[in-house]
Amino acid sequence: MIENRPLLTWISYIVLTIGVAIVAFPVYVTLVASTRTAQEVLQAPMPLTPGTHMLENYAAVLAHGAGESGAGVGRMMVNSLISALVIAIGKIAISLLSAFAIVYFRFPFRRFFFWMIFVTLMLPVEVRILPTYKVVADLGMLDTYAGLTIPLIASATATFLFRQFFLTIPDELAEAARIDGAGPMRFFWDVVVPLSRPNIAALFVILFIYGWNQYLWPLLVTTQEDMYTTVIGIKRMISGGDAATDWNLVMATAMLAMLPPALVVLLMQRWFVKGLVDAEK
Amino acid sequence: MAAEKRALFRSPWLPYALLLPQVIVTIVFFFLPAGQALIQSTQIQDAFGGSLQFVGLDNFRDLFNDALYLESFKVTAIFSILVAGLGLTISLILAVFADRIVRGAGVYKTLLIWPYAVAPAIAAVLWLFLFNPTLGIVAHWLTSAGVDWNYLLYGNQALMLVVIAAVWKQVSYNFLFFLAGLQSIPKSLLEAAAIDGAGPVKRFATIVFPLLSPTTFFLLVVNIVYAFFDTFGIIDAATSGGPGQATEILVYKVYKDGFKGLDLGGSAAQSVVLMTIVITLTVIQFRYVERKVQY
Repeated sequence: MIENRPLLTWISYIVLTIGVAIVAFPVYVTLVASTRTAQEVLQAPMPLTPGTHMLENYAAVLAHGAGESGAGVGRMMVNSLISALVIAIGKIAISLLSAFAIVYFRFPFRRFFFWMIFVTLMLPVEVRILPTYKVVADLGMLDTYAGLTIPLIASATATFLFRQFFLTIPDELAEAARIDGAGPMRFFWDVVVPLSRPNIAALFVILFIYGWNQYLWPLLVTTQEDMYTTVIGIKRMISGGDAATDWNLVMATAMLAMLPPALVVLLMQRWFVKGLVDAEK
Repeated sequence: MAAEKRALFRSPWLPYALLLPQVIVTIVFFFLPAGQALIQSTQIQDAFGGSLQFVGLDNFRDLFNDALYLESFKVTAIFSILVAGLGLTISLILAVFADRIVRGAGVYKTLLIWPYAVAPAIAAVLWLFLFNPTLGIVAHWLTSAGVDWNYLLYGNQALMLVVIAAVWKQVSYNFLFFLAGLQSIPKSLLEAAAIDGAGPVKRFATIVFPLLSPTTFFLLVVNIVYAFFDTFGIIDAATSGGPGQATEILVYKVYKDGFKGLDLGGSAAQSVVLMTIVITLTVIQFRYVERKVQY
């Protein structure tokens, strides 16, 4: 602190507390709604204190969803988890390999491959949805985990991040490995991967959230309820209109959809912050 | 690619094998579709759904003569200015105050960053529930205060709803970067200014804000990209582009015309326009990064 200004310090705490309260308010209301009956939620205004139906609401949605969507949220959470893990691990794996090739080898067309990966930064799913959908449909990957994940695992960002990091690994390590007779893959497994652990952890947090929160892509490639991810499940629940929607159950599903990524952020906060900052370089 | 390794491995085939997975995914799911979008953008399908016909740039001409498309451009512009402007302002204020306090700083930081983990579509559902005209609690307060609140009828209110949801989700991200930027400003500069008699407001205006400008510029680009593309889930879950066209941003229109309207050529032409916008933004962002980070 530069100087002692008690008034300003007080204002700081007040502003921050208001900020935190506004940020938390929608989630609080969601939590309250998820503990009440459908009738209690429908009376306007809804009471703002937690009710007593928490367990039965959550048990109900986990087993068989809400409203017109019959699939259980438990199943959807499994789908979300599988997608998020495959996307995160897949992206990290293929990026580690390709960054290793680009940094530690000289070969014809190296630059060409580098730029080819680089250009994909400029093509988010949203701008090429229709043709990508067609490719996935032609490959018979609709309503499969492969269709949900593989189109999303190519990532220029992760490749760049690893490339930047590999360039900082001292050359002496590779030289020593070579003198000791270790081949490139041995060096990769025994030196490069262990050294990259902090980067892998940071990236994993960011990519897990990215994978869990996917929306447009699963919306297109899943048509069967038992392949829905949690985020898509909610969208289907509310599309029936006000009267048909059991808001208490929708809100319980919303809580469940938020929980895993929020936990990852809170428990791995240090890696999360590192990942965010690294990924934007 | 400035920096290079001196110690290298040699193999005629291994580097290609290592690149293979990424290259396959990139070709099949990036270049093939993008190429197809380019080709389709110059074609129309005849009225019977049969053969494709090459029409050159007709689709683009139609697009820019289409009042609905131009309207969508306008909506996107207003939406992104509001999201970026409000998001940056609010998070800067919070970051400046969070940077000032000592006790409890970590707790406040934790409590402010977790909305990053919430999916855009879920953020939309949370706010939609608060503002729902029949059962929303905030809607109830607004009605009691005499506001004629119904975002299902009034376009401006719908736009406000999606802006709030979008800003709420993005504040955490901006906050983290602003806080990091503030913490990297040398304290000696601020102390010198304080000794010379500059108060907190003056110090902010003449030292802190100018030194933050690289961060601000970077966040501005990121927020515009966010408003253009990542808010699809918010729009779809909260308003589906309605009422009328009031919240139909460009990305949403590509989806609607392509998947609901089945206008392949028009949707592909829109994709190409969007790609051009992304590429422009990415180039701007990279020029900035190049200045900031010395490889």
